[in-house]
Amino acid sequence: MLALSRKKGESIMIGQDIEITIVDIQADQVKIAISAPRSVQVHRKEIFLQIQQENKAANTISDKSIEKLKELK
Amino acid sequence: MVQTRHFGQINVEEDKIINFRDGMPGFTNMKNYVLLTNEENQKEGPFFWLQSVEDGDVAFALVNPHAVYPDYSPEVKDEYVDFLGHTTAADLSVFNVVVVPEDIKDMTVNLRAPILINQTTKRGAQVISENQEYAIRQYLYQDMEQMKKKFEEGGK
Repeated sequence: MLALSRKKGESIMIGQDIEITIVDIQADQVKIAISAPRSVQVHRKEIFLQIQQENKAANTISDKSIEKLKELK
Repeated sequence: MVQTRHFGQINVEEDKIINFRDGMPGFTNMKNYVLLTNEENQKEGPFFWLQSVEDGDVAFALVNPHAVYPDYSPEVKDEYVDFLGHTTAADLSVFNVVVVPEDIKDMTVNLRAPILINQTTKRGAQVISENQEYAIRQYLYQDMEQMKKKFEEGGK
């Protein structure tokens, strides 16, 4: 993994059209601006991980639970 | 024919296959699914099944959110769903993944990341909505009970 040091106001380019700018730095928090093509999805990693995790949990359903689910209206 | 873990051997017609270009988060290798309904027991429940065609062991329980949350309307950026094909809202079906533990009363629904399926182009995607107020683990059973109660009261 590539690690770069950047100062406030400086940017990183990823490919031709994704730009990441350090907008502000306060103690242990940085504010980042992302400029990317509209089709690129940008999300906080923890949200993305939670959704992966929920999908995996959804797949462990037992046949018994499926039967119960079918009874529900 | 696909041998499935939950539904035995199912006959998959080519034109029923829904393509998920990016797969599902956590299951990016599987791109093709079929939507199974609950017809067998003649009940019009709100649940559906998204069965992988490539791996019979992979299936998601889905709920029609509007049956439980009539006001549910996730905001999804157009550009995330462009590849589903340009269609009217009527072509787009919305579903949400349900996690069902042993005790069905504890089941949760992911309202934050709906599954959108274009029934005309047969393309689908699970997208993260902009609505931070929608929970990833919303207790569904209680909400269904409440909805039922409301419905019964309304009918009186």
